[in-house]
Amino acid sequence: MTVSETESENRQSRAECVAEEALRPHAEHAFAGELAALAAVDDRPRPVRWRLSPWAVATYLLGGVLSDGTVITPKYVGPRRIVEVAVTTLATDRALLLLGVPGTAKTWVSEHLAAAVSGDSTLLVQGTAGTPEEAIRYGWNYAQLLAHGPSRDALVPSPVMRAMAQGMTARVEELTRIPADVQDTLITILSEKTLPIPELGAETQAVRGFNLIATANDRDRGVNELSSALRRRFNTVVLPLPATAEDEVDIVSRRVDQLGRSLDLPSVPDGMAEIHRVVTVFRELREGVTADGRTKLKSPSGTLSTAEAISVVTGGLALAAHFGDGVLRASDVAAGVLGSVVRDPAADRVIWQEYLETVVRERDGWKDFYRACREVSA
Amino acid sequence: MTGPLLLGVRHHGPGSARAVRAALEAARPRAVLVEGPPEGDALLGLAADEAMRPPVALLAHVVDDPARSAFWPMAEFSPEWVALRWGLEHGAQVRFIDLPASHSLAVESAEEEGGPRVDPLGSLAEAAGYDDPERWWEDVVEHRDAAADPRAPFAALGEAMAVLREAYGDGGHAVDLVREAYMRTQMRSAVREFGDQVAVVCGAWHVPALAGKFTAAADRALLKGLPKVKTELTWVPWTHRRLARRSGYGAGIDSPGWYGHLFSAPDRPVERWMTKVAGLLRAEDRQVSSAHVIEAVRLAGTLAAMRGRPLPGLAETTDAVRAVMCEGSDVPLGLIRERLVVGEALGEVPDAAPAVPLQRDLVRTQRGLRLKPEALERELELDLRKETDAGRSRLLHRLRLLGIGWGEPAQSRSTGTFRESWRLRWEPELSVRVAEAGVWGTTVSGAATAKAESDAAGATALGAITSLAELCLLAELPDALPVVMRALADRAALDTDVAHLAQALPALARTLRYGDVRGTTTAGLAEVAAGLAERICVGLPPACAGLDGDGAAEMRTHLDAVHAAMGLLPDPDRLRERWCGVLGRLASRDTVPGLIRGRAVRLLLDDGRIAGEDAARHMGLALSPGTPPADAAAWIEGFVGGGGMLLVHDERLLGLVDGWLTSVAPDAFTDVLPLLRRTFAAYEAGVRRTLGELVRRGPGVRTGPGDAGVPGFGAGLDAARADAVLPLVALLLGRHGSRDLCRSDSFA
Repeated sequence: MTVSETESENRQSRAECVAEEALRPHAEHAFAGELAALAAVDDRPRPVRWRLSPWAVATYLLGGVLSDGTVITPKYVGPRRIVEVAVTTLATDRALLLLGVPGTAKTWVSEHLAAAVSGDSTLLVQGTAGTPEEAIRYGWNYAQLLAHGPSRDALVPSPVMRAMAQGMTARVEELTRIPADVQDTLITILSEKTLPIPELGAETQAVRGFNLIATANDRDRGVNELSSALRRRFNTVVLPLPATAEDEVDIVSRRVDQLGRSLDLPSVPDGMAEIHRVVTVFRELREGVTADGRTKLKSPSGTLSTAEAISVVTGGLALAAHFGDGVLRASDVAAGVLGSVVRDPAADRVIWQEYLETVVRERDGWKDFYRACREVSA
Repeated sequence: MTGPLLLGVRHHGPGSARAVRAALEAARPRAVLVEGPPEGDALLGLAADEAMRPPVALLAHVVDDPARSAFWPMAEFSPEWVALRWGLEHGAQVRFIDLPASHSLAVESAEEEGGPRVDPLGSLAEAAGYDDPERWWEDVVEHRDAAADPRAPFAALGEAMAVLREAYGDGGHAVDLVREAYMRTQMRSAVREFGDQVAVVCGAWHVPALAGKFTAAADRALLKGLPKVKTELTWVPWTHRRLARRSGYGAGIDSPGWYGHLFSAPDRPVERWMTKVAGLLRAEDRQVSSAHVIEAVRLAGTLAAMRGRPLPGLAETTDAVRAVMCEGSDVPLGLIRERLVVGEALGEVPDAAPAVPLQRDLVRTQRGLRLKPEALERELELDLRKETDAGRSRLLHRLRLLGIGWGEPAQSRSTGTFRESWRLRWEPELSVRVAEAGVWGTTVSGAATAKAESDAAGATALGAITSLAELCLLAELPDALPVVMRALADRAALDTDVAHLAQALPALARTLRYGDVRGTTTAGLAEVAAGLAERICVGLPPACAGLDGDGAAEMRTHLDAVHAAMGLLPDPDRLRERWCGVLGRLASRDTVPGLIRGRAVRLLLDDGRIAGEDAARHMGLALSPGTPPADAAAWIEGFVGGGGMLLVHDERLLGLVDGWLTSVAPDAFTDVLPLLRRTFAAYEAGVRRTLGELVRRGPGVRTGPGDAGVPGFGAGLDAARADAVLPLVALLLGRHGSRDLCRSDSFA
């Protein structure tokens, strides 16, 4: 899905912002050259305080060749429609909610959108179960507060408040992890476009150009569902999982390779076949239909995201390297697959066994996988 | 005006339709010529009828072969329909000018293998930088507001098509040249009659061929010696869904509902569309406020602007609806697509329309089978081994599938599988039903097949599809069977209730057997049945855990039915093996109710899968003092329910029951008494008496098999008297020659 920064891009960005020396430069720095080139050729109308026109923002994300020959690398590989709806939403006064299971590049898309629209992707609130109201509204500098009493100087604005004042794009990550009462502070901000400060009898009004991008995981357990009042203020875009098995195998094997290196796992050759199988199983169960499209299946309660496939394969690699014969085999991944599929011991187990008996058993060349799974499922 | 007014359109294009109306209003021709079969001229008057409501289709079929047919569907927003109605309302002469159906149907049978049609609009769209020709057409023609001169767009389009025709010629379809020659001939005669006051409405592709210079002699030469068949035409009601099909005009459309909306909305089409969508979602209990509608309209507009389109099209509105009203989900979008984008409009045709071919086919079949429709109710006994009777049965089953309830199956007096009883009665309104069923096809068999396929796609309950599969076999619709089987396999895969699967399996096994008897190919069926059995094997043990009394009783009937069905399936050995494994697990799992456990042990014992000692061990465990008495009694009911001979024959088991019963505590005894009564009351009187005798005698009294004899009989065996019964037993078992077999029929 995402096109991670390749080596050459990294070098280029490093050359451009030598002063940064950051481990991971922000999107607006890493791709400053592309953004500048886009701004130069972009002659379409821009909404107030936008750095680029909506068309140019979409081009920045989807990639393309500009009229002056500059090549814009694709940041998001997926349906064009999704990016177009997302960009268009930011141009209206509705906020944008990016939904998707883990590993579908929600954060990545949100960062690049903010970078292209406002030239700044750092106005960010990271949502957690402990995110307080201050992180979304404002806090106080208590030394100032005690010394001089309540005043604008004693106020510590949140990223959202700053974005409102400057007409920029604010970002909220993992919105559904934030407690419901804190989430709801966004309602006034998004509908009235104002942030009252009762302590000062004042308010901060959003200026034109302000908007908000939130990301959320839509199939996670234990999240705080958005209230309907809040949901109504968002246009929702669901980022899909990789469209084809090949895309997904590609993503999994690349990430597994990176992870394996950082975990110092011995490299295991010929793992592709097993990766292919894991991805196939995940996709089939997730989509509720076999890869050949002939048999329908029940879907288990787990998300079976690409991210989980990656961890299953990585776990299998560690098993193969440390306890096996160094070759990734069906028996190394079977337990991991079982653990990902069977989240609900009653219902999911039936689904898994049905799948094993009706699909896996009949499949050519899957005998070892079938046996390994039977063994761990018993 | 110079020459006839040529209005090139896209079939079913709402913008074209509107443009045609404007052009006709401006030119006010005295004759309107429309692309369509000229035989339809006689039926044109019906188009003005009050009772005629589009979508309808002009249907042409070969008289002796109704299966060979062609449709010219017309929706309210079809330019052809608009032209027809305009002509009829304004007193202009309306004529169809395409090649007569009697020729085209004769030719078509040979033509159909022709390669893919060159897509003229696709080429134009590509030249304009569009990847989707539909969208290009929408932007350039359909979404264009009425120009100052309503004829201008047609002129521009005609020029573009002329360039295309130069490049592609006949587009790989030689028959088009013949059709165009005929159209020119008709056009010439109309011009002779009405001068230049003639308008022609036809597919844009044909415009250059009608405008170009061709001599009448060359056209006559092209039209000479065309094959000809006898055809009949009529109007039939049509549906939006079927507009998507390719037939007649050859142009299927994906979104008739959207087009209909574009055509009928007086202004602000997007706003009105979003309001419709919101109304639909509200009716489905989704919260959609006016604010949602406003935002969706704005988003669609902004999207269109970003994509450089003059107006939001279906793609933009759909994207906006998804993001604003559906929270990014595609599930409600499916509903919107079904109900609005495609739409459920059903056309109506006046009663005066000629009979549909289905009616003719029915009459012919009835005559062939010597089965007259009579208003008086009568019984019909069919012997399916006879050719005619089998045909009658098929016809009646097919009609039932089509909702034409001429015959109702009655309880047959004979129990043989080759006999069927029907109660026949032809009600006058059945003719109406036949006319309605005309949308499904032109022959009874074709229509029934189409109906079965559609029913299978629409059915939600598993049981409904299994009975549909049974019906397909009875009605002998082999073409529908694969579709029904697909639907069945899909439903079975997604159904989480094992009880549903267990209900479906016996019917399926029956169907399979029936298919074997009739020699129908049932390969797909067997595969589905095996899959179903596999799913039951996986799902049954968890489903049996923690059931209450009623649930357990229900599950027991399923258990019995599945057990019987398993034996009827192909490859019984492997399945049986698996099934016995499942029974074994059920028998030994504590969370499973006693009733089911007892039943499972019994089924295993009857099948010889476990020995008597194992059964005794199971019973001993189930009846051990720790088990709640009610549960133990339920176990007994499951184990010996439905016949007590087992207890009579196996004294060890009887001893276990006896021992348990005497050790039940007095207060618990009143609880288990009703259960035991229910179990033992079902036994025959003789069995009960024998059991009583055995219990009174006490265990271990019996000395040896020869002496004590069978329970219920006196001691000692009179071999001579016993032998007397042997010949009759042999007769019953069919051990004699075939001569005796015939006589044994009367016992069966």
